[in-house]
Amino acid sequence: MKNTSMRLVAALGALALVAAACGTGVDFEAGPLGAVTVEGGESIQIRSLQAISGDVAFLGVPNERAIRIAVEDYGEIEGHAVNVGTGLDDLCSADGGQSAAQTIVSDEQVVGVIGTSCSGAATAAMPLISDADMVMISPSNTSPALTSDLLGTKGTDNHDGYYRTAHNDFIQGAAAADFVFNELGLTDVALIHDGDPYTNGLTNAMQDAFEGLGGTITVHTAVSKDQTDMVPVLTEVAATSPQAIFFPIFPAEGTFIVQQIGDVAGLEDVVLVGADGLIADNFLVVPESEGMYFSGPDLRFGDQKSGVTGVSADDFLANYESQHGGPPTAPFWAHSYDATIMLLSAIEAVAVVDGDVLHIDRQLLRDELGKTANFEGITGNLTCDEFGDCASGKITVILHASVADIEASKANVVFSFAP
Amino acid sequence: MSATAATAPTRRFRFNWVTSFLWGIRIGALIVIVVGITGSIQLFAAGEGPTLEQWRDLVISSISTGAMYGLIALGYSMVYGVLGFINFAHGEVFMSSTMVGFIAATLLFDNGFWNANPLASLLIVLLVAMFTSTLVAILVERVAYRPLRGAPRLIPLITSIGVSFFLQYAFAGLFGVGVRSYPAPPGNLGNDVEFLGISISGTKLLVIVTAILAMIVLWYFVTRTNTGRAMRAVAEDKEIAGLMGINVDRTIVTTFAVGGAMAGVGGFLWALLFRGVDFLTGFLPGIKAFTAAVLGGIGNLPGAMLGGVLLGLFEGVGPLLVLGGYSSDFYPDAWAIPAVSQLKDFVAFSALILVLVFRPSGLLGERLGSEERA
Repeated sequence: MKNTSMRLVAALGALALVAAACGTGVDFEAGPLGAVTVEGGESIQIRSLQAISGDVAFLGVPNERAIRIAVEDYGEIEGHAVNVGTGLDDLCSADGGQSAAQTIVSDEQVVGVIGTSCSGAATAAMPLISDADMVMISPSNTSPALTSDLLGTKGTDNHDGYYRTAHNDFIQGAAAADFVFNELGLTDVALIHDGDPYTNGLTNAMQDAFEGLGGTITVHTAVSKDQTDMVPVLTEVAATSPQAIFFPIFPAEGTFIVQQIGDVAGLEDVVLVGADGLIADNFLVVPESEGMYFSGPDLRFGDQKSGVTGVSADDFLANYESQHGGPPTAPFWAHSYDATIMLLSAIEAVAVVDGDVLHIDRQLLRDELGKTANFEGITGNLTCDEFGDCASGKITVILHASVADIEASKANVVFSFAP
Repeated sequence: MSATAATAPTRRFRFNWVTSFLWGIRIGALIVIVVGITGSIQLFAAGEGPTLEQWRDLVISSISTGAMYGLIALGYSMVYGVLGFINFAHGEVFMSSTMVGFIAATLLFDNGFWNANPLASLLIVLLVAMFTSTLVAILVERVAYRPLRGAPRLIPLITSIGVSFFLQYAFAGLFGVGVRSYPAPPGNLGNDVEFLGISISGTKLLVIVTAILAMIVLWYFVTRTNTGRAMRAVAEDKEIAGLMGINVDRTIVTTFAVGGAMAGVGGFLWALLFRGVDFLTGFLPGIKAFTAAVLGGIGNLPGAMLGGVLLGLFEGVGPLLVLGGYSSDFYPDAWAIPAVSQLKDFVAFSALILVLVFRPSGLLGERLGSEERA
């Protein structure tokens, strides 16, 4: 027994000697959350957590590709390559987010995550990521619950270490309400969500804003994911005689709604408004989607450039098309690019070089991301608030004028809104 | 062919916890339904809620969805009648027909034939769909179930779940995971037509008419042809049917083929009604059709069709009629149920449980062979 403890002391002493010999005089002391030590010749580990399979892959796949392009453009950090590893799948669901987060936190070398695609996945993933002292920046979560209501009240699913470059749906809800009430002059609106925190958060925000303006929400109902027969829900909506329907859901169910709306009496002249979840090529090609309005982030990036890499939207798209043979299928690639550059810049800012070893303090990294102000990105200037909302927050409404030219529709801005 | 005889009812009253619990469920359910419908009637009288025209459209649309469930349910019911196990892969047989039918429809659409010859195109898609699902059903029987003949019934049941996954992911591999959309119904099929004095969507009418025709053909086949009689004999008792000179294996293959063909018709109707297909398209309709088969009385062909139509009505009309009624002015505001349409599947499966609580052998009674009864 005594012998064993003596050996242990000796081993610890030897280790301490080796550690001291390796150092080159830099005094690095990890903060309260600890630090990641990247040995010489090893890569800095970050992860991509996006919806890359299933119905919402149209959103997650371009997000993940944009992350990889951003890592390539950024290059090495103090002589260390950045490794995204295998792209993880959030399945656009709480289950998917949770199990992928478990995979991520089991590797202590991971510094940060770019994800998730869907708010529903983030609510389940973020408690794990936050407990593991990592950071996560989402390019496309918009649920107010993940950050705040923008009036200083912390959201129910807000956790330390969470940031996002996508807008908060309180802004989008207000924009959609303003557009329908003031621009279209309609007072009776029906709302349909699909139970997902993103869609339900947006319909709730729309309801608050629209009623605040003096409008009436005739019915606030829901479909279930994978539902195909929309006639019952549309009948429920038609019974309340709305002038417009706002259904910020995803293409699979959205397609069934627009295709079956003609089967329900009383909805012939109703105005259809969707949101950014439906600004997807596979929805815009559906002939019945013509004439719809969509609220979403301002996608007129123009000459805005990433301040760090100098890449503009056009540069990015040219690179994307040459690598993947076609344009991105959803608009959040730009937010993914900015999120990745934000993370890499913050890592570089806090990294302590110790010979060929790199120390990244987790608390300092969070502080650095939280301090982000006027960070030039493709999506505009990013400034993070204390709850992690970093987006520039400009919302536009587009009119889908013709299925023959969906790129033109995406740029056909009929209304813009800034809080 | 008599329905399963329940144990002779005892006349003497005896208190029994299980029985009184079941009666509690029955009475509770009736109260919930009556209160809900009363509320809906009040809403209708007050001019709120759907108009008569909207209710009518909803009923027609629900019947057409239900007719499709019924056609798929026939396959579950026939296989259960003959082999005594639930072929869970039947939903995927249905999916295979919608997927291959999609290719046919897209090809026809791309070269302009679709809109130029509406009826011919629909017939081609129908035949392609029926051929595909028949072929898949026969292959599944040959490869996965025939080697298991004589094994305990749990074994083919588990196998069918495996086959179901195999087919799903085989189609995901072949066709990709995205949702594909059939071209819009050709010609002026989507327009409303006058039928029996009411205007009804052409597509829905076609769906209902096709389902009725398919049912009549199947009924004739099973009751009037020799092969049909052989099927019923095999369902009753395989061993004795074999002794009577019936080729049991061939009859079983025929059962799968006919069930597959009906699923193919169902797949064609799905394409008309919903248009969107992917590799998981078969899952939920499969479960619903199985429910319909149980609802009508498993092994009973008219029962499967009736069960399908009723299930379509329950899930289409039920949420609005029963649950929607709770937002009536008759009742306190707190009773109002938000987003009733989301509870479609809840209503459908509750209806199944209720029907089984009231009539454990399904609406028209089970029809089982001697082995299953034993």
